[in-house]
Amino acid sequence: MTTKLFGEPVRRREDGRLITGRGRYLDDIGHDALAVAFVRSPHAHARVTDIDVDAALDVEGLVAVYTYEDLLGPMAEPLPVLIPHPQLTAPRTGYPLVRDVVHHMGEAVVMVVATDRYVAEDACDRITVSYEQLPVVVGVDAAREARHAVHEDVPDNVAARHHQETGDVEAALAASAHTLAFTQYIERSACMPMEGKGVHAAWDPADSSLRVYTSTQASTSVRAAIAAKLQLSLEKVEVVAPDVGGGFGVKIVHPWPEELLVPMAAIALQRPVKWTEDRREHFISSAHERQQRQEIRVGYDDDGRLTALDVRIWHDNGAYTPYGIIVPIVTATQLVGPYVVPTYRVRVDSVYTNTVIVTPYRGAGRPQGCYAMERTMDRIAQERGLDRAEVRARNLIQPDQFPYDHHLTFQDGRPVIYDSGDYPGLLDKLTALVGWSGVEERRAEATARGKLLGIGMAMYVEGTGPGPYEGGHVQVLGSGKVLVSTGLTSQGQGHETAFAQIVAHELGVPIEDVEVTTGDTRRFGYAVGTFASRAAVMSGNAIALAARGVKEKALRIAGEALEVDPSDLEIDEGLVQVKGTPGISIPLRTVAVLSNPLRYAFDEAAKQATQFAGPGDDSKPPVAAGDAPGLEHVDYYSPVRSTFASGAHAAVVEIDTLTWEIDVVQYAVVHDCGTIVNPMIVEGQVHGGVAQGVGGALYERMAYDADGQLQNASFMDFLMPYASEVPDIDIDHQQTPSPLNPLGLKGAGEAGVIPGTAAIASAIEDATGRRIAAMPISPTELYDLVRDDAAGRVAPRRTGAMA
Amino acid sequence: MKPAPFGYADPRTLAEALEVLGREGEGAKVLAGGQSLLPLLSMRLAAPTTLVDINRVAGLDSIESGPDGVRVGALVRHARLLDDAAAAGVQPLLARATASVAHPAIRNRGTTVGSIAHADPSGEMTAVLALTGGSVTVATPAGRSAVGWQDFFVGPLETSVHGPAVVVDAFFPALAQRSGTAFAELSRRRGDYAVCGAGAVVTLDADRRVSAARTAYISVGLVPQVHDLTEAVAGRPVDTVDWAAAGALARTLVDPDTDLHASADYRRLLVGVLTERTLAAAALEATGRTP
Amino acid sequence: MRNRAMGQVDQERTVSAVVNGTPREFTVPARRLLSDALRHDLGLTGTHVGCEHGVCGACTVLLDGVPVRSCLVLAVQVQGAAVTTVEGLARSDHQGGEVLHPVQEAFRECHALQCGFCTPGFLMTIAAGLEARDPAQPVTDDEVEDMVGGNLCRCTGYANIKKAVHHAAATIREATR
Repeated sequence: MTTKLFGEPVRRREDGRLITGRGRYLDDIGHDALAVAFVRSPHAHARVTDIDVDAALDVEGLVAVYTYEDLLGPMAEPLPVLIPHPQLTAPRTGYPLVRDVVHHMGEAVVMVVATDRYVAEDACDRITVSYEQLPVVVGVDAAREARHAVHEDVPDNVAARHHQETGDVEAALAASAHTLAFTQYIERSACMPMEGKGVHAAWDPADSSLRVYTSTQASTSVRAAIAAKLQLSLEKVEVVAPDVGGGFGVKIVHPWPEELLVPMAAIALQRPVKWTEDRREHFISSAHERQQRQEIRVGYDDDGRLTALDVRIWHDNGAYTPYGIIVPIVTATQLVGPYVVPTYRVRVDSVYTNTVIVTPYRGAGRPQGCYAMERTMDRIAQERGLDRAEVRARNLIQPDQFPYDHHLTFQDGRPVIYDSGDYPGLLDKLTALVGWSGVEERRAEATARGKLLGIGMAMYVEGTGPGPYEGGHVQVLGSGKVLVSTGLTSQGQGHETAFAQIVAHELGVPIEDVEVTTGDTRRFGYAVGTFASRAAVMSGNAIALAARGVKEKALRIAGEALEVDPSDLEIDEGLVQVKGTPGISIPLRTVAVLSNPLRYAFDEAAKQATQFAGPGDDSKPPVAAGDAPGLEHVDYYSPVRSTFASGAHAAVVEIDTLTWEIDVVQYAVVHDCGTIVNPMIVEGQVHGGVAQGVGGALYERMAYDADGQLQNASFMDFLMPYASEVPDIDIDHQQTPSPLNPLGLKGAGEAGVIPGTAAIASAIEDATGRRIAAMPISPTELYDLVRDDAAGRVAPRRTGAMA
Repeated sequence: MKPAPFGYADPRTLAEALEVLGREGEGAKVLAGGQSLLPLLSMRLAAPTTLVDINRVAGLDSIESGPDGVRVGALVRHARLLDDAAAAGVQPLLARATASVAHPAIRNRGTTVGSIAHADPSGEMTAVLALTGGSVTVATPAGRSAVGWQDFFVGPLETSVHGPAVVVDAFFPALAQRSGTAFAELSRRRGDYAVCGAGAVVTLDADRRVSAARTAYISVGLVPQVHDLTEAVAGRPVDTVDWAAAGALARTLVDPDTDLHASADYRRLLVGVLTERTLAAAALEATGRTP
Repeated sequence: MRNRAMGQVDQERTVSAVVNGTPREFTVPARRLLSDALRHDLGLTGTHVGCEHGVCGACTVLLDGVPVRSCLVLAVQVQGAAVTTVEGLARSDHQGGEVLHPVQEAFRECHALQCGFCTPGFLMTIAAGLEARDPAQPVTDDEVEDMVGGNLCRCTGYANIKKAVHHAAATIREATR
């Protein structure tokens, strides 16, 4: 029997090259390419009055300088609004190079091409751009006050008003036994992959074709964008995502200006051209996420059960809206979490500010939604004098309520109908894992050491694996090698391994024979991209279906060759054999040879498929009608709607009463992503997500000043956690397979980050007795809070055995 | 983020280094460990015309520990000073503070003297030089001279040394009899520049009463300063002394700034806490060194 | 170094250094960072550049056996020195193959990498850290945190990296027993 692979912690196939320095990331490609650097705006809002490049022209090694004036045809038009939406009434996007008005610090004004990056930066230094500064809008509150406009023709700064409701919330609130209302804030962080963006483009004049390598999460769509913007025929453009050094969302946005400008220059100059984003550029000209102001009104009964929820959010979308209102929609619809919300209304104003654009960062609006809902649960518990776990338990959707329809519309335009889950199960596992009922003893013990101990929890439901589709191609070669490809890209999630496990399992071949390619339009031209925890669900299922197609064909051909009924055959370790009858078999690689009737032999194996090799049925054509040569199959998976993963996290913090340092001393995760392909990879995803969650709760923040200057655009001052800042993580799993897809999978990529801010805020509040209504929080801010007599205090804490 | 062009020289002798520095004028800059300078070059926040790399200058890489103190040559890396038992024996603050300098890979390359010459008030060794009453030796074409720490630090990233000059060593006086030291700092992430740090020296009299208590802070104020807190604790037996009084006094003496990572108030709070902690630890060590 | 006039100031230098055990010579402008010289002049692209201001540690290489940030060293400064990059971490098995360093094996075994971009910096730092300690002693959690504490990773949350250090230390301990 083939070694069991599906569901096992198979070691990663990617690692061999990555641990020996043989990975091939964007900047590893094309050392002879010309290098690009940009002159970027130092101002957040300004009109460009003059660009003087003269002083740069005598820099030795300068090749070309481009400004907006050099952009032609579609390149001179605004960048696309990738995801239009009827409620996005005032979409605005920038130009590849600034046309007249700069809307955030870091926007590219001039592109310089030179012999290397050093020289390109020398030339940039000598270019003088004159600006007339305009009033600056920073932060959601300034945006909604609208004393100044980010875009002249959007005077209220509102890009979109997103609105969903499931009933008459005002009436439901009025009828509620209890209500409370509060306002809270969450700040900006960013994906911050260790590798920035980058683009390499080479034009082949011999056949007028373009090959572009880009550090992207969506190579097929970059290809389409380049073809459209540079007016090339699609088949003349190839886009390849090489090894990508992390994405977390920022690389799903496309086309970045550089993804168009670099190919444009490569064609114009007839030389390979490369741009490698440096860290400062990544801070000021890629994307951030998470700032929202949330005003919440909630109604509930004596037992703390929700009766009505009304949420008003102002979402900072930065200077432009290329990614539409996906993040606001995700916040609005994922906010309800695992709970029954009888009447719900959500209104999100997505507002412009003179800051870097806001597009999905791992979680993509979910951490904010979770923060809103879970802090609401905590408030109800405090007000009712109930255990926080108990209030949650009373509000959970029960296992017999699936499929559960929230009567909302998700980011994929489909209904929010939870497919499966066991939320009470999550909560039970979590309270056991973290020792929820034993916390009072720990609190006393910590107090004796001069520490305030607090515990917090947060639960979430995460819509994963949205459509529209992904595809997979599986092909068995005459050598026995199995080629697998899918169009979506990889940024470290271990797709090569997980997809190989699926194919080895479905097809019955040794995993060593399977080779997986992702994100290369030369191999697979149809794809959507890697985002929203969808790769395993979408491509995993598409590849499984493709493998099943190959298997069916292989059994048919083998059946003919062995003169047995295909239904009596199985494939094991690459051998097609009669079930229960060892000895009658044919290698899969031979089946692959036979699948392609040949006239010409080129090796011994091929001889078996040539026209004089053996007796055939002279009455039939060599390739039957409706059949195709080759042992391969392409299939697609397109779900009716998203599948909903879920989880629950708890954090225990200790706070030093002298220095107000906050230490996360325990972090517990219970996680349900349906059927698991590779538990080692899933746990790795959870670990990474939790680290980003802790970072977002306690360390990371984009610090803009009132002039729109990003003050901490470096790793020195933007505090991504080192190993010393990330707690040990205890993980427990629950598996409720999705009924929506053949493999029962749900997405796992983003989950780890979602509840971090909510759980840690709750734990700090529990420890200090002070209301935590703005996150992240640092020791200096906590110190301000605890000595501010006007700051909110919370009722005496109750954490203990569940009632 | 690539440096602007510059010329490079790597002289073999101090005379040669001074000669190049003199010849190249204002735009020339000394390169030792480079751990602070290179980021400034790559961000083009500094653009010297010439870098004079002193890493190949002979005779600048020794640590001389004697009864009077420890002389640390300009090319001694933090990591080496950290591991030097003889130096730690003469002046324990050296190893204690060096352990808090950034991360190991930075300590492997960065030099102690370079970090002092960089005069960053958030650099650990500037405070240690001050607290120990140390000095640096500045070599110029006119010869060598010792410059006491008070005269050396002029402002943030600014020293009194101008023109062609190389800081060839730093001298840290030995820890006095019946004295002990401690060093502690708090940073947002381990290895970051401290939000606040403190070094302390406590001296006892023969009866184990506190006769002196001094501290210096990092990331507090524009230049290193030594605060004499003796009046708050003088004459108290070491095992009953109230270090909180010294902490309270310290808080009134400092004038910290607000930045992205901490408010001035919070820094003042930490000054109190760290003062108390380091003085207590230093006193404990002093007790062990008092027969 | 060749004879040169006293205190000669050069805009460009030819540098000889032993890189991964092989003598190499390359001509670079004075301002070229070691990270760029390794990657672009010598084609050793395993050393990655994550921040270029010395904070992330992705570009860590061994300079005369000691880990340093190659973005904080000028290429001209390694004249006469030995530089080891991730490409030089495994050793040859003398049959055309290679034997991975225990820390490389441990990273694969413990799933200590995801995107792999920061990985070479971690590998070099940890390899040197393990080399510098008494292999007979079990490695402590504090030691591990010290060893990996100056390198940023955005994917793994560090749990498996720390596990890999323990794993590699145990392998080395077994081998030296």
